[in-house]
Amino acid sequence: MNAEIRPIRTPAEQGLSGELKALSRAGGPRIVALRTAAAQAFNDNGLPHRRVEEWKYTDLRTLMREALPLATPAAVAQVEAHQGLLLDTGARRIVVANGAVVPELSDLADLEPGLSILTLAQALAGAGETLARLGTLEPGRYDAALALNTALATDGVVIEVGEGAQIARPVHVAHVVSGHRPAASFARSLVVVGAGAHFTYAESFEGPAGLGYQVNSATEFVVGDEAHLDVVRLQEDSASALHLSTLLFEIGRAAKVHAFSFGIGAGVARTTLYANLAGEDSQVGFNGASLLKGRQHADATLFLDHQVPGCESRELFKTVLDDSARGVFQGKIVVRQAAQKTDGRMMSRALVLGDDAEMDNKPELEIFADDVQCGHGATCGAIDDDLLFYLRARGISLKDAQSLLVQAFVGEAIETVEHDGLREALVARAEAWLAARG
Amino acid sequence: MALLDIDNLHARIGGDHGKEILKGLSLTVNPGEVHAIMGPNGSGKSTLSYILAGKDDYEVTDGAVTFDGENLLDMEIDERAAKGVFLAFQYPIEVPGVATMTFLRAALNAQRKKRGEAEVSTPDFLRLVKERAGHLGINQDMLRRGVNVGFSGGEKKRAEILQMAILQPKLCILDETDSGLDIDALKVVSEGVNALRSPDRAMIVITHYQRLLNHIVPDFVHVMNKGRIVRSGGKELALELEANGYAEYQQDAA
Ligand SMILES: Nc1ncnc2c1ncn2[C@@H]1O[C@H](COP(=O)(O)OP(=O)(O)OP(=O)(O)O)[C@@H](O)[C@H]1O
Ligand SMILES: [Mg+2]
Repeated sequence: MNAEIRPIRTPAEQGLSGELKALSRAGGPRIVALRTAAAQAFNDNGLPHRRVEEWKYTDLRTLMREALPLATPAAVAQVEAHQGLLLDTGARRIVVANGAVVPELSDLADLEPGLSILTLAQALAGAGETLARLGTLEPGRYDAALALNTALATDGVVIEVGEGAQIARPVHVAHVVSGHRPAASFARSLVVVGAGAHFTYAESFEGPAGLGYQVNSATEFVVGDEAHLDVVRLQEDSASALHLSTLLFEIGRAAKVHAFSFGIGAGVARTTLYANLAGEDSQVGFNGASLLKGRQHADATLFLDHQVPGCESRELFKTVLDDSARGVFQGKIVVRQAAQKTDGRMMSRALVLGDDAEMDNKPELEIFADDVQCGHGATCGAIDDDLLFYLRARGISLKDAQSLLVQAFVGEAIETVEHDGLREALVARAEAWLAARG
Repeated sequence: MALLDIDNLHARIGGDHGKEILKGLSLTVNPGEVHAIMGPNGSGKSTLSYILAGKDDYEVTDGAVTFDGENLLDMEIDERAAKGVFLAFQYPIEVPGVATMTFLRAALNAQRKKRGEAEVSTPDFLRLVKERAGHLGINQDMLRRGVNVGFSGGEKKRAEILQMAILQPKLCILDETDSGLDIDALKVVSEGVNALRSPDRAMIVITHYQRLLNHIVPDFVHVMNKGRIVRSGGKELALELEANGYAEYQQDAA
């Protein structure tokens, strides 16, 4: 093992290792140890490349050419001018600019009973007990994006929803990059939903068009027994940006969790979702949609671990690929021996509009229990000519017919978002994307 | 001037070795007229209707089609629709995720825009759809669903006629609109079609059954066989076909 020869480090790996030399000391010994271990893991393993199975189609060693300097705080007025996503959804808005919460732009007043929101920086400084849960969700494998996040993120949002609290108004964490020089931002958030509580969490990502910045976000969700959590995500980073997100879920008994990720931006985007179904009889739905054009590359990868009996999981991912865009879907469902009566279904569908576009689908099932119902499927194809003909025969132009059909295609996944304001905002973003299509 | 003039139309399935399906078909349709086309399975009736609507699976190798004085074959599919060509499909397709109302509105406004007319207002549109749908026995629930999604065969045919009633085309091509309709629905649909008869609108009604022509009484009946019109006559020709079948035409052409 020791004999393995490390290949020559890339400039990005060298730069990142440099950043990892001076880690934050905030948060007490447990957190400091987590940072140190994560930094060590990165120094040992570096960036993933195509021979690392989970990153086969998203070779970060090639795609991440350089390590950018860590982002510095943004000017409030500039952030205010830059932010544009999900402004009118009725959600409570918290702005994280360049990886740090901006209190001036965040609505932290009059929290509903049962809802507590701290910045990660506040939590690390010793406020609140929720911090005990930070960094406790483990993917069980080395994940470079998560390791870098653990080591380098110093701010984000820590939300706790008390037992039984029914919070109707979603909390929206708006990640905004602001500035003129490309920099790297890291943000780490934690959402703890108490037993029987109901909560909707939204997050969005955006930054200056044309700026080649890097964003690395990780959010941990601890979902209690019989809790109901909806997660809605919208990623519209600059088409020159590199976006890495990690979502970690630990789900209790008889809980309901639904997450929808909408990816429209970034030159290279990778979202990795890890979910542990640790309590019986839970229902989860992890859905997503991507609208890609130009030379965009977007990778949605998920790992679902059915550890206990009687859970139901559904995944539906829709990818639209124009021009020479590249889409990746990897989904792995593991059903442990104890997880009898698991009902798992995973589907990835791609609609190819561009002649040079490409989709890689890799759904996998690993089943150790014998009494389960599991299935997966993947499709990839162009818009149906007969559908186009039917619409055009009624007078609708080719472009409008394509738009209607693309909207219908991604609509099936967007429809799964329960909150009206958020769902309508996502539909509007899809319409805007289609309207901008040449 | 004729509304539609098809002159010696030859067409084959696209591709180098595509089979020739229309083999010198000629037909003239004047405004206000209703023409019925009958003929054995596979004689090319649907192919003719697709070529008129602009489906690009077929290649026209000879002949000409003039619509309202213009070369129809040069026009894009949606341009033909805006000019007034409407095909009620033999097999209407389901369009999941596109609500019927959205679709109808997009189609109507796209056509109006191409003709330089103003878009219809929302209240006017809703009123129009409600009124026309009521006549055809199409309920609100069907209008809310995706286009044709989960509709029965007969409901799909009715929905086609609703589209026609809303788009108000100049030339209505009905490809076996009667197949799949129960007796009551046949009456409702025929009434819907008859309501659209007008001195400046023409219809081509493709059917296998004389029964439909009792309701939609044609001015002319044509027999199509092996890609051509082999006989034309008045409405009594349909009765003759009903009694004798197509045997004599098939022998002639063989
Ligand atoms: N896309 C196609 N590919 C191959 N063959 C085709 C295609 N379209 C039509 N044909 C053939 O052309 C001939 C005419 O078909 P068409 O559907 O026009 O007949 P029709 O008169 O409408 O018949 P029916 O009464 O059964 O509806 C048939 O032999 C059919 O198989
Ligand atoms: Mg036919």
